[in-house]
Amino acid sequence: MAEPLLRMRDIKKQFYGNYVLKGVNLDVYPGEIHALLGENGAGKSTLMNVLFGMPVIKETGGFEGTILWDGQPMSITSPRQAVDLGIGMVHQEFMLLPGFTVAENIKLGREPLRDTLLTRWLGTRLSRVDQDKMRTDARAALDRLEVSLDEWAPVAGMPVGYKQFVEIAREIDKTNVRLLVLDEPTAVLTESEAELLLQAMQRLAAKGISILFITHRLDEVKAVANRITVLRDGEVAGLLDAEKASLVEMAQLMVGRKIEAADLPPRTKPLSGEDMLTINNLEVDMPGERVNGLNLTIKRGEILGIGGLAGHGKIGIANGIMGLYSAQGSVYLNKDKMPLGNSLWALRHGLAFVSEDRRGVGLLLDEPISINIILTAMQAQGKFLRHLPGNIQMRNDREIEKFAREMISALDIRCTGPHQLARRLSGGNQQKVCIARAMALEPDLLFVSEPTRGIDVGAKRLVLDQLVKINREQGVTVVITSSELAELRQVADRVAIIYGGKLAGILPPTASDAEFGLLMAGKGKEAVGL
Amino acid sequence: MMSNLRHLTRNIGIPRLIIFAFIAGLLILAAVTGLQVKDLLSDSLVRIGMNGILVLSLVPAIQGGLGMNFGLPLGVICGLLGSVTAVELNLRGWAGFSAAIGFSIPIAIVAGLVYARLLEQVKGQEMMVGTYIGFSSVAGMCIAWLLLPFKSPSMIWAVGGEGLRTTISLGDHYGKLLNEFLKFPLGGITIPTGLLLFFLFCCALWYMFSRTRTGMALRTAGSNELYAVSSGIDVRHMRSLSVVLSTVLAAIGIVVYSQSYGFIQLYMGPLLMAFPAIAAILLGGASVQKASVSNVILGTILFQTMLTIALPVTSSVIEGDISEVARVIISNGLILYALTRPTGGN
Repeated sequence: MAEPLLRMRDIKKQFYGNYVLKGVNLDVYPGEIHALLGENGAGKSTLMNVLFGMPVIKETGGFEGTILWDGQPMSITSPRQAVDLGIGMVHQEFMLLPGFTVAENIKLGREPLRDTLLTRWLGTRLSRVDQDKMRTDARAALDRLEVSLDEWAPVAGMPVGYKQFVEIAREIDKTNVRLLVLDEPTAVLTESEAELLLQAMQRLAAKGISILFITHRLDEVKAVANRITVLRDGEVAGLLDAEKASLVEMAQLMVGRKIEAADLPPRTKPLSGEDMLTINNLEVDMPGERVNGLNLTIKRGEILGIGGLAGHGKIGIANGIMGLYSAQGSVYLNKDKMPLGNSLWALRHGLAFVSEDRRGVGLLLDEPISINIILTAMQAQGKFLRHLPGNIQMRNDREIEKFAREMISALDIRCTGPHQLARRLSGGNQQKVCIARAMALEPDLLFVSEPTRGIDVGAKRLVLDQLVKINREQGVTVVITSSELAELRQVADRVAIIYGGKLAGILPPTASDAEFGLLMAGKGKEAVGL
Repeated sequence: MMSNLRHLTRNIGIPRLIIFAFIAGLLILAAVTGLQVKDLLSDSLVRIGMNGILVLSLVPAIQGGLGMNFGLPLGVICGLLGSVTAVELNLRGWAGFSAAIGFSIPIAIVAGLVYARLLEQVKGQEMMVGTYIGFSSVAGMCIAWLLLPFKSPSMIWAVGGEGLRTTISLGDHYGKLLNEFLKFPLGGITIPTGLLLFFLFCCALWYMFSRTRTGMALRTAGSNELYAVSSGIDVRHMRSLSVVLSTVLAAIGIVVYSQSYGFIQLYMGPLLMAFPAIAAILLGGASVQKASVSNVILGTILFQTMLTIALPVTSSVIEGDISEVARVIISNGLILYALTRPTGGN
């Protein structure tokens, strides 16, 4: 085989002493479609940032290791340089100007110019854009992709699939492009659009352009890639030949992680198996975490884990049920149909929610801990109030303080006292305040989203233990949504995996890595015969 | 002792300590140049009581998350309507004063509701839109003052004229009513007891309200809308409540202001009412997002005392009147400064 076009050797990158890349090797050959697989946080984006010389890498102390381009050692220090070398990047979010035509978008910043009368004195800034050349160039780029897209059509209102093609056409129009990086290009596409894209990728590769393809969808990888690098926790978990690799193997490499043996306290009485919350065909309009026809039943007394990759809608579920984002569908609490989009109803019927957006939804940063804890219970359920004549409801400071102190000691919130401002607490302690806020509601069903995001390891353990304790001692049904599958598998009775806004499947926490991996990548059990 | 002092310094804030020092300096200067310091202090007390409620009227809007209520003139107009109605009915003394407030409140509630609906359409730009609502309502009322069917000879233009005068004397209706109530001299300084008590009473009322369930909901809606929604609070309702309360307080504020001044000022009178009030509350340590009753009291005292004393002192020292210019520079400069730092002071 020929020399690799790109060779990344022993790439290490640390953020403040924390290694997110621990010696990654990656080779891409000319004309190869190379897939880069990995969970959220495996290090894929950091690796691409290194390749592109993104400023964020330099600002945080640079990286270790070497990059060979065409056999030559190369230090890529800016995205500009990466582009000059012939590396093109298609981003997950489209960077297109909606009011401009396809051709204008493709040639944006590189418009062919034609001299005008004023150019001689005032320079190229007053040159005219050569419309004809722009169109022919754009047409040529689109033809290389073999898509029948009108180059003079405006981008606004186009289906996302077409926009994706415009993005790619823009990259390959750069005459020197030799390596194209596609960051989850099919994430937003429908199946037929994705199919077209994959075909276009193969055509480009046949013309000698190398493609580095980042994705979560295992079947796509299998369909188009030549080789696959699987990243896990900043290391290369495996380098596979796409033809020989099986989906199960890929999934296993992607998820595989030792599960800590967790000592969960036993239940005093066994689960009744009774349905508590029945969700039918739920749709939640939460940007970036859309839920799209979800069916799920939550059973009384259990801890249900909800997992899945970022952007697949697991976060949207609790937000939709609690009325923070608009939702459609039918949700039954016991036998009552819930009015969706009504937080007050949910709060008054024993539901509580610890949001993933701790500082945004979870806390009043400039109010004391005590107020943070009691305010929702006060407003929604009328607790912590003193009733004066004339139906005047004053806050009851004594009760507030007493309850806050109880919570501070029960949850071990490290603070100077109930009057400390929430802003001054560490992330872990803020999370405990959020949990205390939910506890003040005395819920029957508690939704907790990303309970351990952004808090240190010790505090993570405490928060999870606390959730288990609430479940065991008070019989609260707990639904934990988390990006960290390992922690769900530690504490949950069942783990539901969400894919594409729908339920992909429910597994016991003891299920194998491969089973979890396949569900997260959108492959049901039946697909691989497990 | 040292730590107590430091704690106090931090609570009051350096800017306010500087102003205190400035006022003290002015007082000394006044004494040196032979001005009547006691008279100056008496005047300051009157001006504090006179303007205090207008400053307080900003608090509901700030706590409700709408920022500074630049639409304050709207509330002022409601108060003026109430006042002229009371004069028209020839009510005098306490009856006149209570009637003026009593007529103002329902008018302010209606105007506040309309104002709140408008602001709901322009969420995020309340301050700018508020300014224009204030200005345009003043302009609109300039026509209305001429056309409204008031008949009382003490208010309409003399010699068979129609429409209300620009300045209406309250002298024999309820002028200086609060100022004179229980007033007493204290070491040469006159204390306008009634006026100050009424101001403090309004402050106390607001303080009580902010501790009720509704008051806390209002503040939550203003400080973190998402938290409020997730607590089942109707944010829209709270925002409109805060606008209505702000407008009502502004209406009461102008009634108190007019009685103390002795005149009702119509037409362009309310136009610039918002600016000194905003400067005062900012000086008291409030920000666009946060304000409390203590900011109001402290800010009013500092701002009004400064203006009252600076005026005669500068004119006697510089021998020329630049005080009005200084006042405009100081009050608008303060607003500009505070608005460019959205996080606010201490």
